[in-house]
Amino acid sequence: MEFAPKIETVGLNLHYGDFHALQDVNIKIPAQNITAMIGPSGCGKSTLLRCFNRMNDLIEHTRVEGGIIIDEHDILKPEADLISIRRKVGMVFQRPNVFDLSIYNNLRFGLRIHRMLNKRDEVMEAIEHGLEHVGLWQELKDKLKKSALTLTLEQQQRLCIARVLILKPEIILLDEPCSALDPVSTLKIEDLLRVLKHEYTLVIVTHNMQQAARVSDYTGFMYLGKLIEFGNTKQVFTNPMEKLTENYISGRFG
Amino acid sequence: MHRRISEYIIESLIRLSGFLVIAFVFLIFLFLLRDSLSLFKEYKIGEFLFGRNWLPISEPPKFGIVPLFLGSIYVTAGAIVICVPVGIAAAMFIAEVAPTFLKNILKSLIEILAAIPSVVLGFIGIVWLSPYLKQTMGLSTGMCGLTGSLLLAFMALPTIISISEDALVGVPRAYKEAAFGLGATRWQALWRIVLPAASPGIIAGVMLGIGRVIGETMVVMMVTGNSPVVPTSILQPLRTLTATIAGEMGETVSGSEHYFALFAVGLVLFIITFIINFIADSCLRRARK
Repeated sequence: MEFAPKIETVGLNLHYGDFHALQDVNIKIPAQNITAMIGPSGCGKSTLLRCFNRMNDLIEHTRVEGGIIIDEHDILKPEADLISIRRKVGMVFQRPNVFDLSIYNNLRFGLRIHRMLNKRDEVMEAIEHGLEHVGLWQELKDKLKKSALTLTLEQQQRLCIARVLILKPEIILLDEPCSALDPVSTLKIEDLLRVLKHEYTLVIVTHNMQQAARVSDYTGFMYLGKLIEFGNTKQVFTNPMEKLTENYISGRFG
Repeated sequence: MHRRISEYIIESLIRLSGFLVIAFVFLIFLFLLRDSLSLFKEYKIGEFLFGRNWLPISEPPKFGIVPLFLGSIYVTAGAIVICVPVGIAAAMFIAEVAPTFLKNILKSLIEILAAIPSVVLGFIGIVWLSPYLKQTMGLSTGMCGLTGSLLLAFMALPTIISISEDALVGVPRAYKEAAFGLGATRWQALWRIVLPAASPGIIAGVMLGIGRVIGETMVVMMVTGNSPVVPTSILQPLRTLTATIAGEMGETVSGSEHYFALFAVGLVLFIITFIINFIADSCLRRARK
């Protein structure tokens, strides 16, 4: 595997209180690809994902050691600017978490807090572009003032992705983005991810192995807080190097 | 068979108590309406609603409600201006900022605050607050609208704080997570996302607080100076609708014009609090949807 990593962790350890959730994780995530993280529940895949934009900071009694290097900057350093990290590394959550605001204001929020684009038509253009990107513009262009909670779950999840895209991130983290959606919507979101990977680095956590196999270019398998195997998706799924990976993929546990 | 009879009895009792509550409210309203309408047989309703003099024992008596109505409005508005920002800020602090141990202390303190009898607050107002205001603000008397507003604000605070705090805590965690994920600071998430999402509950809390302020009698009677003149400033002695009823009811002859006039004042008060509670209720219902 030869590539310039977009995200690289060096000896990453994370403790929630007494629980050692991530144990010495070293991973390199390639730019402009989809990387899937798989593994049984509680293996630390979501925790790892939430390290990349430091969402774990919100949880009390969390201790992180090691390094997470994004574009040659260690984001764990105390002088790292958390707000610009989170603009650059967007996140889409398990359940669509649109705000109880209009569709327009949901998209506007990020621009506001980062003081991007003050002129009305620039904002409108960004919103149009964002919605077009996720395939919602035609459906929603006349309903921007309506509450985002009136949308279907799939539309809400797309809106959440648009809300991230509008901030011009480089990396998008997706934490089981389809687990609240039906199979048809899931496939549509996956199509969207395939389009997005040309411009963005995507990292997706999923407990759905078929989804990982369908959508990702690289796959990491985690077990009990350790990264067991990382490689080309095809290789991981057809010819895993570790016995544990093989057992998990063939459904012998997990 | 036995079971069915006891079920029936219990059911009827519950139904009866429900109907009784409705009947009581309705009867109170009818009672107020009947006695107030007796006033308007002899006294013009226009003069009652728009008269600028409340002189119940002069000859002929004048029952103009404007000074009392304005007195209530002044004191209430003053209290709202003080208690709404303070109350919401305190709720935000308790819900979002304070560490757990402080949160628990503050919440029980607020409950104690709610339990202070209003006459005790009035007492504090007389012996401490009004002399203090008189001195620091150079007033001719400390028994004025502002003293009443401050104490009433104090009384409304527990209601506003505890209901607003519930509303803030009830905002789904996911909203905050989403906001932080987009790079919001704690303050931005609180101000732009959590507060709007909690706003129906907060408005309901504020309205219930205001309802309490308008209906409060003892404090305003003790500290606002009880002078039924049209107020031009909150720093003047004034008198509210409630204090008028409480203060004059004991001196009137049952069935006299003055007696009916006080009932009419009560009717006005009833309508005001009814409207406020109605708004609060519809806000709460919207919050729960």
